[in-house]
Amino acid sequence: MGRTLAEKVWEQHVVRRADGEPDLLYIDLHLIHEVTSPQAFDGLRIAGRKVRRPDLTIATEDHNVPTVLGPIADPVSKAQVETLRKNAAEFGIRLHPMGDAGQGVVHIIGPQFGLTQPGMTVVCGDSHTSTHGAFGALAFGIGTSEVEHVLATQTLPAYRPKTMAIEVSGELPFGVTSKDLILAIIAKIGTGGGQGHIVEYRGEAIRGLSMEGRMTVCNMSIEAGARAGMIAPDETTFEYLRGRAHAPTGDAWDAAVAYWRSLRTDDDAAFDTVVEIDASTLAPFVTWGTNPGQGAPLSGAVPVPEETSDPAAAQRALDYMGLSAGTPLSEIQVDTVFVGSCTNGRLEDLRAVAEVLRGRTVAARTLIVPGSMQVKADAEAEGLHEVFTAAGAEWREAGCSMCLGMNPDILAPGERSASTSNRNFEGRQGKGGRTHLVSPAVAAASAVTGRLTAPADL
Amino acid sequence: MEAFTTHTGRGVPLRRSNVDTDQIIPAVWLKQVSRTGFEKGLFAAWREDPAFVLNDPVYEGASVLVAGPDFGTGSSREHAVWALQQYGFRAVVAARFGDIFRNNSTKMGLLPVVLPAETVEALQSAIEADPATEVTVDLSARQVRWGAEAAGFEIDDYTRWRLLEGLDDIGLTLRHADDVETYENGRQSWLPTTV
Repeated sequence: MGRTLAEKVWEQHVVRRADGEPDLLYIDLHLIHEVTSPQAFDGLRIAGRKVRRPDLTIATEDHNVPTVLGPIADPVSKAQVETLRKNAAEFGIRLHPMGDAGQGVVHIIGPQFGLTQPGMTVVCGDSHTSTHGAFGALAFGIGTSEVEHVLATQTLPAYRPKTMAIEVSGELPFGVTSKDLILAIIAKIGTGGGQGHIVEYRGEAIRGLSMEGRMTVCNMSIEAGARAGMIAPDETTFEYLRGRAHAPTGDAWDAAVAYWRSLRTDDDAAFDTVVEIDASTLAPFVTWGTNPGQGAPLSGAVPVPEETSDPAAAQRALDYMGLSAGTPLSEIQVDTVFVGSCTNGRLEDLRAVAEVLRGRTVAARTLIVPGSMQVKADAEAEGLHEVFTAAGAEWREAGCSMCLGMNPDILAPGERSASTSNRNFEGRQGKGGRTHLVSPAVAAASAVTGRLTAPADL
Repeated sequence: MEAFTTHTGRGVPLRRSNVDTDQIIPAVWLKQVSRTGFEKGLFAAWREDPAFVLNDPVYEGASVLVAGPDFGTGSSREHAVWALQQYGFRAVVAARFGDIFRNNSTKMGLLPVVLPAETVEALQSAIEADPATEVTVDLSARQVRWGAEAAGFEIDDYTRWRLLEGLDDIGLTLRHADDVETYENGRQSWLPTTV
């Protein structure tokens, strides 16, 4: 019987296999940031160990960094960033610090440099490592103990998860984006639907997505509980990679592409689980609750808790969010709009926002945060920043920003946002903050009206 | 890692589903570079509510958390495990766990115990009826016992052995350094480096 994409990549990386033990997997790329690495480096020092492959490791500063120019004001954040700098210097790891042209959100810079390539294993002490699966890489988030393990050995012991196919047939209707698609998928299968699985996104609608759209989809695999999300590489993938700083060149490029073409699920391979979705039935999608599975089409209404699959959780969510059942989602007023993050902080996302904001004015505080300094430079070369500032939005420096409450960009208690990030958990964007997850286009339209709005309704 | 064989202690029922790691330890606590002191951040936002179950004095000193399904979803932060352990928990019982949280727990010696949802609810009810109920989590026998009840749970042999012995994964992997080197010598030359 044939093999799935996930099985092929897994098998290619088995260093050691023994009965009754997890496989020992080789890791091709280890991404590091300041939050989940300090205790791992301490562990190496205590045990007198080195980093086995600093040349397969890269670090950036993203979670704690302010997105306005200037030093880090919070002494605790500053100490964490300085700890990363010391560790990178001591262990010989390439670091892109604040202010560096290569700095950015860890999952934006890997693909940007061409370091993320098909068929690789990629790990990072961050759950959104699943982003890199968009290239047909096997990429997953790990905790600090595993970060230390990879630093010391360049391997990880792991059992192969089950496989799940999410088949997305048809075409996304005009105005419906990759973010709407993944929010709809999570609402369908639930926050635990992918647990224990590597998901492969397949089908016509997936093939039709750009690399940036594919990254948005794979990024949120973890919000459906999946260990990883993958998309088979194709011409779109190869064209994205061609010419990037760390992509192969010459004969090596040809050899790599020949191998990459083999990275597809065989026709006679079987998945443990199959989910089918018809893209043509989808519409702009937003969340109303406090987990990413609590979402609905923007044209709908806040649900009645008793009519949901988990009434107690839905009621708790409505209480926290300050919402009443039956309220049309498009009548929910927002105080702040956030565009950015590893989910939607790439150039294509910023173009979508600019398209909506051009010639309009925002009615709510709007933060537009590029995912990397390179994205910032590219956006400015196209003049997008002028569109944003003319509309009254704030154009910031690169970082994780308002995706999580670790830097100065946070919501005040009770403040409500439309956010292109990935988590609407209680307090995620600041204690007491209320988050509605949306696509970049819906974020921009919501900024204009001050309530959750689809661009088509402007 | 601290070894885990059998633990007996009182339980706390946490009747909420989808308890994500942002709730277990909010992000502001992740700025620390040490491995200690995270117990103060455990469920920090929820503990501000006097009615939150951990604030109920009858559960003071409990060491087995009995949670709703999908416990530990979301962020990969191992700080969630550290916070639970440093607060005094030795095991978490739930019907389903987030994969990364469960993995992190087994690396640190916090035992994640999967039981059917009805069994978890029965255990929660038993604890609510009598908070002095002693709960035994027996990894050797793969069993949770309370009162006259007993429920078996599954855990793979290798992880169980590692937990029973308190073994460190890195030390185990370094025994196979030769295999790693052999693998490295066969890697494709086009694969990127960061230099």
